[in-house]
Amino acid sequence: MDDNDHETGIVLTEEQKRRRRARSIAIALALGALVLLFYVVTIVKLGPGVLQRPL
Amino acid sequence: MTDITAVDQNSGPAAFTISEASVGDYIALMKPRVMSLVVFTALVGLMVTPGHLHPVLGFAALLCVAIGAGAAGALNMWYDADVDAVMSRTSQRPIPAGRVLPREALAFGLTLAIGSIAVLGLVANWLAASLLAFTIFFYVAIYTMWLKRATSQNIVIGGAAGAFPPMIGWAAATGTIGLEPTLLFLIIFFWTPPHFWALSLRRAPEYARAGIPMLPVVAGHAETRRQILMYSIVMAPVGASPWLLGYAGLLYGAAAIGAGAAMIGLSLRIVALGDRDREARAAKRLFGVSILYLFVLFAVLLIDSWLGAPGRVPL
Repeated sequence: MDDNDHETGIVLTEEQKRRRRARSIAIALALGALVLLFYVVTIVKLGPGVLQRPL
Repeated sequence: MTDITAVDQNSGPAAFTISEASVGDYIALMKPRVMSLVVFTALVGLMVTPGHLHPVLGFAALLCVAIGAGAAGALNMWYDADVDAVMSRTSQRPIPAGRVLPREALAFGLTLAIGSIAVLGLVANWLAASLLAFTIFFYVAIYTMWLKRATSQNIVIGGAAGAFPPMIGWAAATGTIGLEPTLLFLIIFFWTPPHFWALSLRRAPEYARAGIPMLPVVAGHAETRRQILMYSIVMAPVGASPWLLGYAGLLYGAAAIGAGAAMIGLSLRIVALGDRDREARAAKRLFGVSILYLFVLFAVLLIDSWLGAPGRVPL
């Protein structure tokens, strides 16, 4: 590989950048929703027991 | 850029394609229309149980079933991309259209499958999770990879995959499987052939071109029409069986008998038609009515259970 290639690399088009950003946002929203879901499910399944643990 | 070439020697030029997949393409991989029917039947299976599941856990369980169905859809599209490419109905799906790479769809499907099964096991129980795992396996490995390309009975046996969701919903709520969820399974199982063959009657030339041995391709239109009628005749009493066995009330019984009679009537009409143009119109109508049939049966079953179902036998 010559240095020139290394500096240039793969250049994304504007459309590719826009779609990558949309995918990234969708993944972030999905992860956020999962965090919320797991939190709520944990509270529902354990109830008050969530606070009862050996110190 | 020779060093990049060395990274992935197996994938050819496509390996360097920069993904232009939109979020919608990934949603399309999950077959949202199929998923909606799966979620609806699973919801009914979950709601008509004598047991009680906390609404949050019920929602999470349904979400897992939906994602599991989406995983099966994505894995189906990954394996069937070659067939999809030559059929007009499916040629614009994300993989044949070139917007999603096969390996991206495979990774997406496997991730969703493992995630949905694991979460369903933790949220509900491992019986429901095992059923979901088996359903995904059955749809992908048994139906997609084997039966679809091997036998004209592909959608008869493969239809079992689509019949499991109400059983999964029931298992999620109760931790058991009994006769009532088995009846719901059988309703969808016997509904699938007339539903799918009504579609394949109109798409037979495309299936033939793709090398898929659908019944109209292998046995001809007349035999397909005859089998549509036979399965409709079996399906109608199976559809009414929750009422006949006392699991549902008169409202459900009336709806099942009326909808079953409509399906048999349309099937008889198809059998009577020899002309291909009229057959295509009748098949399109039967396809639409079959979707309505399943929706009505499950919706009325849900309403029936809310109304307390007079005459219902406690399980």
